[in-house]
Amino acid sequence: MNKKNKIKIVVNGKFLTVNLKFTLKNLVEKLKTPINKVAIELNEEIVDKKKLNKVFLKNKDKIEIVHFIGGG
Amino acid sequence: MKLDILKIANKKFKSRLIVGTGKYKNMQECAKAIKISGAEIVTVAVRRVNILDRSKPLLMDYINPKKIMYLPNTAGCFTSNDALRTLRLAREIGGWKIVKLEVLGDKKNLFPDMIETLKSTEVLTKEGFKVMVYCNDDPLMCKRLENSGASAIMPLAAPIGSGLGIQNKTNIKILRHQTKVPLIIDAGIGQASDAVEAMEMGCDAVLINTAIAKAKKPFKMAEAMKYAVISGRKSFLSGRIMPNFQGSPSTTKKGLI
Repeated sequence: MNKKNKIKIVVNGKFLTVNLKFTLKNLVEKLKTPINKVAIELNEEIVDKKKLNKVFLKNKDKIEIVHFIGGG
Repeated sequence: MKLDILKIANKKFKSRLIVGTGKYKNMQECAKAIKISGAEIVTVAVRRVNILDRSKPLLMDYINPKKIMYLPNTAGCFTSNDALRTLRLAREIGGWKIVKLEVLGDKKNLFPDMIETLKSTEVLTKEGFKVMVYCNDDPLMCKRLENSGASAIMPLAAPIGSGLGIQNKTNIKILRHQTKVPLIIDAGIGQASDAVEAMEMGCDAVLINTAIAKAKKPFKMAEAMKYAVISGRKSFLSGRIMPNFQGSPSTTKKGLI
């Protein structure tokens, strides 16, 4: 495996190593995220869920994927 | 008889009981308690998806947001920025515009930071959110929130989750008098009589989580709260008799032998 072709990203506080030219769409597919039940932030900016395939990830990108849980 | 409708941000509701979805043993228990309570609005929190364990059940699989309105909250936020970030994300999940703002100031008693709360209300309102605001019972701050466009004023009656009942009756009465948008008791309810009392004071609704979720029998308490809110509301609307320190016989003296 050639390290040059890999980047490190942080998803919900956890490190992940993915290929270069990896998009947010690739990421949600890899994580099997139910896209209609979540919101996604890339480096603290909300990402339009319709445009995930256009967002290429860079080294050290920080991604947050959130959903609703029980709360008062 | 005219239907007694609760209107929040132009949305109409029959139930005046709003319930939280936290602290239940599991999702099934939560969903059943909500059903029994008759609530049409439930508060929900925004948190990270567990990316390692995908088998974890999702709230949306148990409580259908098409049938029951989700009210995203900012539980756990201590700054305006965190609260704004959370609610923008909540809106992104599925177009939620009516939200519950809660900016906490003190980790022990969970009292709200009213300066941050007011700042957030102003920003959110400008961004098109309909903001229901958890707040303290200070009439001046509550008026400011209302003037900033809050869709509901939601003062605490006692600290969150304390179950102490309504500890601030004078302030709640002052708030009732001055508040034009829905006034909702958001925290402190411990038992059904507290909910009755809030409604009899003229509050438009109550928001209850811990008192139901942590009761030994949550389903029974959900039912008790449902009827308490209905009962208190009807009592309020009925025009009670004036208290009198003299006795007044219930039976006429006419025809007395």
